[in-house]
Amino acid sequence: MIDVNKIRQDFPILSRKINGKNLIYFDNAATSQKPESVLKTIDDYYRNHNANIHRAIHTLGEEATAMYENARNKVANFIKAARPEEIIFTSGTTASLNLVAYAWGRLNLSQNEEIILTVMEHHSNLVPWQQLAFENGLTLKYLEIDESGTIKADALEEIITPKTKLLAITHMSNVLGTINPIKEMIKVAHRHNVTTVIDAAQSVPHLPVNVQSLDCDFLAFSGHKMLGPTGVGVLYGKQKQLEKMPPFFFGGHMIKEVYLEKTLFNEIPAKFEAGTSPIAQVVGLGAAIDYLEKIGMDNVREHEKALTDYALSQLAQIEGLTIYGPKNSQIRGGVIAFNLHGIHSHDVAQILDAEGIAIRVGNHCAMPLHTALQIPASCRASFYLYNTKEEIDLLKKGLLKTKKVFL
Amino acid sequence: MNDIYKDNIIDHYKNPRHFGQLDKPTVSHEEVNSLCGDRIRMDLKIENDQILEVKFKGVGCAISLASASMLTEEISGRKLKEAAGIKRDRILEMLNIPMSPTRLKCALLPWEVLLKALQKYWKKKL
Repeated sequence: MIDVNKIRQDFPILSRKINGKNLIYFDNAATSQKPESVLKTIDDYYRNHNANIHRAIHTLGEEATAMYENARNKVANFIKAARPEEIIFTSGTTASLNLVAYAWGRLNLSQNEEIILTVMEHHSNLVPWQQLAFENGLTLKYLEIDESGTIKADALEEIITPKTKLLAITHMSNVLGTINPIKEMIKVAHRHNVTTVIDAAQSVPHLPVNVQSLDCDFLAFSGHKMLGPTGVGVLYGKQKQLEKMPPFFFGGHMIKEVYLEKTLFNEIPAKFEAGTSPIAQVVGLGAAIDYLEKIGMDNVREHEKALTDYALSQLAQIEGLTIYGPKNSQIRGGVIAFNLHGIHSHDVAQILDAEGIAIRVGNHCAMPLHTALQIPASCRASFYLYNTKEEIDLLKKGLLKTKKVFL
Repeated sequence: MNDIYKDNIIDHYKNPRHFGQLDKPTVSHEEVNSLCGDRIRMDLKIENDQILEVKFKGVGCAISLASASMLTEEISGRKLKEAAGIKRDRILEMLNIPMSPTRLKCALLPWEVLLKALQKYWKKKL
């Protein structure tokens, strides 16, 4: 188990008061807080090493390049990629998924071919495919959720046809917390020659992910949800996929030779990193990975599982409170969406904020999922390694107080 | 603590005035605040440039529903020009609570619905 009190010391923001109360930060699925080590690394980068990377002969340029590429190695190692060239730095999960949609999708998906998605996708893993479908005349098919908010791997087998070319699915729902059986699904997909794209924005920060064991073709995640800074994300792609994929952004660094009439493109990963990269952010992400590895992702997962079990049992005691998603923490991450009967989620969030508790409300960029659940919006509490059971007790107290204001 | 959940807000939220829908509205309009899933629809019965009857329906937070309820009281029986002339500040004055930028969207949604409904009506008349 992990020493939460010790971990909390590493996060300066956790000592902030909100409306006179201790901050209880339960909005981790939106973005995580940052440990001192990440803040210091970014500060040190700008103070002592700042320069543009690649093609620099001067000392600072070489230092910055080494720091940047070292972070790539850390990411590759963190998700067990076969080689660092398979790690493309982007601005975030959304940019990563759009990159696959535009570069890979446009080239490989044509008229009447099918993409399989799920109704629980975040808009960033739905809208890019939907727009591509309009453009290229593709068909979108959606895997539905059952009453427990899960999708079975068998369901995929049932809707795959010879026309199916792509499966784009979230590893972990940002609303239901559902951890999808993606390993089995990827196996099914590959048996039918279907390429796989995994939205791992919610999983990579919270549980051990091994891309080689998953065998996914592409996998996307963001730095800021895993203790790193905003502005940096990752697209993992199998080498053979990335090499076949044409570049999408054109400009500096992504080229090998440029002539007035033609251009030869660079190798991967440079081919996909046109322009000046978010260097400080990439370096900061490297520091975040160091921090997570020091704690151990298995430990992070165990801690959040315990919090999830506790929260599910405590919140279930509140009359009129509905929890969405699986009740079993084996297949659920630390994300709990709920509603208090008769009270709009906005009002819940406002009253909790007065207690110093930060939750998120609305449709969490998953409007089709809320439509499927037949609710206009939901409240969402999401946990990370620095959260405690005591904080969950205070959430429960805050929710009971909310009920009093309205009922 | 929660200065925004004043008694009159809660009262309008729990007992919204003019809640429901009209049988044959002259014009109706619905707007959605997709960010939070709020949805407000307003039905107006208009004769001789006057709002004879108004009803609203929707889902939303206490602020948006209270705002809708207060607004329907404000415009009921009024001349169209007067209703269209209601300024943003008047809505905030009616609610009379401290408002963060995010909550402002909730507060102003019913007002947007009204203005768009009136625009729709005038367009149709032309």
